[in-house]
Order: sequence, then C-alpha cells, then structure tokens
Amino acid sequence: MSLRSPLGRVLGLGSAKSGTGHWWGQRVSALALIPLSLWFVFSLLLLPNLDYATARAWLHWPVSGFLAILLVAVAAYHSYLGTTVVVEDYVHSEGYKLLGLLLLRFLHVLVGGAAIFAILLIAFGI
Amino acid sequence: MPVRARPLSPHLLIYRWQIGNTLSILHRVTGVFLGLGFLALSFWFVALATDARSYRTATHLFASPLGWLALLGWTFAFFYHLLNGVRHLLWDVGRGFERVERSLSGWIAVIGAIVLTLCVWALLWHFERL
Repeated sequence: MSLRSPLGRVLGLGSAKSGTGHWWGQRVSALALIPLSLWFVFSLLLLPNLDYATARAWLHWPVSGFLAILLVAVAAYHSYLGTTVVVEDYVHSEGYKLLGLLLLRFLHVLVGGAAIFAILLIAFGI
Repeated sequence: MPVRARPLSPHLLIYRWQIGNTLSILHRVTGVFLGLGFLALSFWFVALATDARSYRTATHLFASPLGWLALLGWTFAFFYHLLNGVRHLLWDVGRGFERVERSLSGWIAVIGAIVLTLCVWALLWHFERL
C-alpha cells in the first residue's frame, strides 16, 4: 500500500515538497553549458585582441551574438539552480532563507536580462 | 514538557578528510565563485554595449592586479567545475562508482583543471595579451 496521494504521484512530489524538476534542470543546463562555455572561452582566446571595435564586431556577427545570448540564458539558469541549493543548505532561519532565495531569483533575472539586452543592442548595431 | 536533546546522526566532523569530500566541497566553492564570474561577464557585456569609454573602464578593472587574480581564479574554477561536472554526469548515468575509478577521475579533474588553466594563460602570454 502506498501512502502517497494520487495528486502527489502525478506531480512527482515526495517529502522534499518538490519533484525532480530542479535536479533534472541542473543536469540539462550543465550538458548545454559544456559546448556553449567552451565555445565562448576559446572564441575570446582566438580573437586577435579584445579592443572595443574587435569585441563589438565579433558580437555583431549573428552566430556569435546568438550563441552568446544562449550562453547567458543557460548560465543564469544553471547558476540560479546551484546557488539556490547553497542557500537552502546553509541558511537555516526561514526568514533569511526566503529573503536569500528571492534575492537570488531577482538578481539572476536582472543580471542575465541586462547581459542579453546588451548583446542584442550590439547585435543590432545600436 | 522538558525538551531532551535528540540523538543526531554522525556529522561532518566525525569523518576522515579524504579526496571525495574535498572535491565535492571544491565543486560547490568553484560553482559559487563562477556565479560571481557570471556577474563580471554580464558587466563586460553591458560595458561593451554602452560606449568605448565604459568599455575602457571595464578593461582597466579586469587588467588591475586584483582583476588578473580573479580572472586566473575563474579560469581554474571554470575548468575544474567543467571536468568535475562531467564526472557527476557520468555518475548520474551509473558509471565510474568503483573505488579506483572514483579517485582516478577525481585526480583527473584536479590535475586536468590545473593543466588547462596553465595552457590558457600560456596562450595569453604567447599572444602577448598579458
């Protein structure tokens, strides 16, 4: 006999009050970050220099602009998931934990959004 | 009602320090540090989108002694978190759990990260970017 409610089973919820969504999202974003981050690091290394004009011309090229946006989006998601676990593990007071988790969520959306907007501006030559 | 201290399961301090837990902690530390690197990267993108003067200010910050140190740290953190992350992904599909495999893959992650960091900075030096 199972003590789990039918609704809990459908939602994949256990005693942790959440399903495998967080765990799976961390793995999928990790997998996506392997090629994206390596592409970014080695692209920067292979540029002739990192002058203002060179860096802008590089991001203005559609392929690099697009991949840079993907990198920022996936990295923000992966970092959000990871740092969330750190706060959940080490911040024991419920109030500070909630505050920390909210701050992390806002910070990642704000910073990731700003970076993506910046790349779009460069990509469209504004 | 008197509250009695409940028995606790053995915690961190009771275990012998070894490679497995060290690398696990290092994975977390490098992860959080890379989160800061993500902030710095976004700052770089925003400065690049703003104007030449802001970009110069940003590159000056990255080229300061503290900036170089942070970039060196981020290079190592990046490669370590990447290699150890692959190790975790292999565990997730059920591979590499044997005693020898566990410690061998751990050492590959650490030494590989150091070697790759040195390679990247040697390239930077070779192309006279330092």
